[in-house]
Amino acid sequence: MVTSEGMSTVTEIPERRTELTGETVGNIRSDHPFMVAEDVNVYYGDNHAIQHVSLEIGKKEVIALIGPSGCGKSTFLRCLNRMNDTIETARVTGNITLDGKDIYRKEQDPVALRARVGMVFQKPNPFPKSIYDNVAYGPRIHGLAADRAELDNIVHSSLERAGLINEVKDRLDEPGTSLSGGQQQRLCIARTIAVNPEVILMDEPCSALDPLATARIEDLMDELCEDYAIVIVTHSMQQAARVSKRVAYFHLGLLVEVDETDKIFTNPRHKLTEDYITGRIG
Amino acid sequence: MQATTLILLLGLMAVTAFYLGRGRSLSLVGGHGHGLALHSLPGYYGYYVAIWVALPALGLFLLWVLLEPRIVVALVVNGLPEAYQSLPAGELNLLVNNIQNFAAGDVISVEVDRVLQDAAAQFNDYLANSRQILAVLALGLAGLAGSLAWRRIHPDLRARNRVERVIRWFLIAASSIAIFSTIGIVLSVLFEAIRFFQKVPVTEFMFGLNWSPQTAIRADQVGSSGSFGAVPLFAGTLLITAIAMVVAVPVGLMTAIYLAEYSSTRVRGIAKPLLEILAGIPTVVYGFFAALTVAPWVRRAGEAAGFEVASESALAAGLVMGIMIIPLVSSLSDDAINAVPSAMRDGALGLGSTRSETMTKVILPAALPGIVGGILLAVSRAIGETMIVVMAAGLAANLTANPFAAVTTVTVQIVTLLVGDQEFDSAKTLAAFALGLMLFVVTLFLNIIGLSVVRKYREQYD
Ligand SMILES: Nc1ncnc2c1ncn2[C@@H]1O[C@H](COP(=O)(O)OP(=O)(O)OP(=O)(O)O)[C@@H](O)[C@H]1O
Ligand SMILES: [Mg+2]
Repeated sequence: MVTSEGMSTVTEIPERRTELTGETVGNIRSDHPFMVAEDVNVYYGDNHAIQHVSLEIGKKEVIALIGPSGCGKSTFLRCLNRMNDTIETARVTGNITLDGKDIYRKEQDPVALRARVGMVFQKPNPFPKSIYDNVAYGPRIHGLAADRAELDNIVHSSLERAGLINEVKDRLDEPGTSLSGGQQQRLCIARTIAVNPEVILMDEPCSALDPLATARIEDLMDELCEDYAIVIVTHSMQQAARVSKRVAYFHLGLLVEVDETDKIFTNPRHKLTEDYITGRIG
Repeated sequence: MQATTLILLLGLMAVTAFYLGRGRSLSLVGGHGHGLALHSLPGYYGYYVAIWVALPALGLFLLWVLLEPRIVVALVVNGLPEAYQSLPAGELNLLVNNIQNFAAGDVISVEVDRVLQDAAAQFNDYLANSRQILAVLALGLAGLAGSLAWRRIHPDLRARNRVERVIRWFLIAASSIAIFSTIGIVLSVLFEAIRFFQKVPVTEFMFGLNWSPQTAIRADQVGSSGSFGAVPLFAGTLLITAIAMVVAVPVGLMTAIYLAEYSSTRVRGIAKPLLEILAGIPTVVYGFFAALTVAPWVRRAGEAAGFEVASESALAAGLVMGIMIIPLVSSLSDDAINAVPSAMRDGALGLGSTRSETMTKVILPAALPGIVGGILLAVSRAIGETMIVVMAAGLAANLTANPFAAVTTVTVQIVTLLVGDQEFDSAKTLAAFALGLMLFVVTLFLNIIGLSVVRKYREQYD
């Protein structure tokens, strides 16, 4: 259990922690907190999948969630834009705020929330529509463009920021599914940023991609974090090291350790974190 | 010996043979635990011997049963006095029938004389003897083939391959039954239809606007020329099918959308089986529901609204047929909607779409080909449906688009043409085959298109 004191102070531990107590070591605080999760629990039926997790997500920074398979990374990520609402058995308790406001409060419309907290999925999932319509989908349903010219503008700039415009500018009418996997994933990112969200959640966005396409998306994240808060789930230590400012290590539904990326990779304070990043578990 | 006893005995022998064969294969390599020295698992050696026991004997049995009646009859006829043998074929046939019936102990219509009695006794004699011989031969064959197979068992014998070959032939035989009977039906319909078109020109049948399938019994009869213009029938079929689809498509589709996207697992768990029950109601039950409940109701409602309504109306039949087809449309659409990857749904929701936006803008367009395919299958089902229209749509071949009028359909006319005592070479009865052929061609095309659309769409996401 994370006590309220434990959350506010950096837990200084002279020696490396070995046991799984549920207390998070390192620093869950961010310099510019934007989304704040406090004591979040998720249950799938009787399965307590996320246990007492508290974490701050900062503006203009990339935070990477790592941990062995099944430890609850995706589950935690889905709490942040209430995608867990779509799972019948899932139940979320605790407190998550976006810009100071509770996203689980009654008046909060989850649909509006998801426009502010966008999501990119593990497998590229373009809609069976043209490239243009894929990107225009979000702006259309949210009424972001007054006329066609404005919509064109949004589509172009989103494709440009996603680094895809040069490859597709002459084939905007072709189906999104005709693109390669890496292009599709960038299309999905373009689709997400077209809605102009404030936070982007990415669940293993590169796991279906080759190293080249991965590198492009990593570059893209570097650029995007100028404007957005980005949360990325990844299984690649190198990727976490390359793109993120902070890293959070999950284990069996517990948030074991959070810290600056270089601290985690050079000097992990928890034995489990060390075992994981050195390849001994997971 | 009774045929059933014989079959039972053969079965028993086969079972024994199985154990003997398995035992021998094991004892050849030194008992349990040395099975690896055998080419196949010991059980296969058992099956191998059992097959040799059962198959040849069963083959003999079948052949015997097929040929026996002819041979016995020929023998009996041979034993009849000269005078009877030289009877014309028709009378001789009658006599033989009488002999058989008398021998079986049935009451017959002619006087029983000596000759007949003798012949019947002879008949029974031959039959009993024949069964005796069959039993001996079959059991002997089973024993012989079995023991030969048993002796051939050897650790190197590829028993599994042989057994599997036999199984494969069995499966091929089973599946060819369906294929060949389909081919047979199609061919017979085709040939009868061709005979019809020799009497009535194709153009009259396809484009004629008048359907009154009377044919003269005498050449000089009044109104002797029937007319065989099938257009009113197809128009009626189309009208009823259209009404049915107007009911079934929206309701079925919305049911599917609700079940796939909105309902909780609990509701879905109850509603799905209920829909399947609806699909399992025999069409004749729908038929009397249409004729006794819906038709009067349509009539009253129509008259209250100031329309003239026939007591049997296209509307009543179409409505009930639509209800019958709802489960088909909804379950095929449900499949199509569920086949849309959930990543698509998540993607749309993750962008901040509402449920209905997700449904109408992403999932339905993605599922559309599958839904269209399902609807085509439903149309072909509606066109071929018979019972409801026979009971509720009437017989009058009106060429009309008025849903309150009585119309008739292709299937109804096929039924009425063939019900009762008919000559099988008059244009009237042959017309049924021509109609059947047309119906078959239309539904075949709809099915092919529908299935290929459904299949192509399935591949898209695999
Ligand atoms: N829809 C669901 N229904 C029930 N249980 C679920 C569901 N999704 C996840 N779980 C359970 O929650 C736990 C955490 O799963 P989650 O998908 O969050 O893991 P993860 O860390 O993302 O794993 P991976 O790295 O393999 O993606 C697991 O025990 C899983 O079985
Ligand atoms: Mg995951």
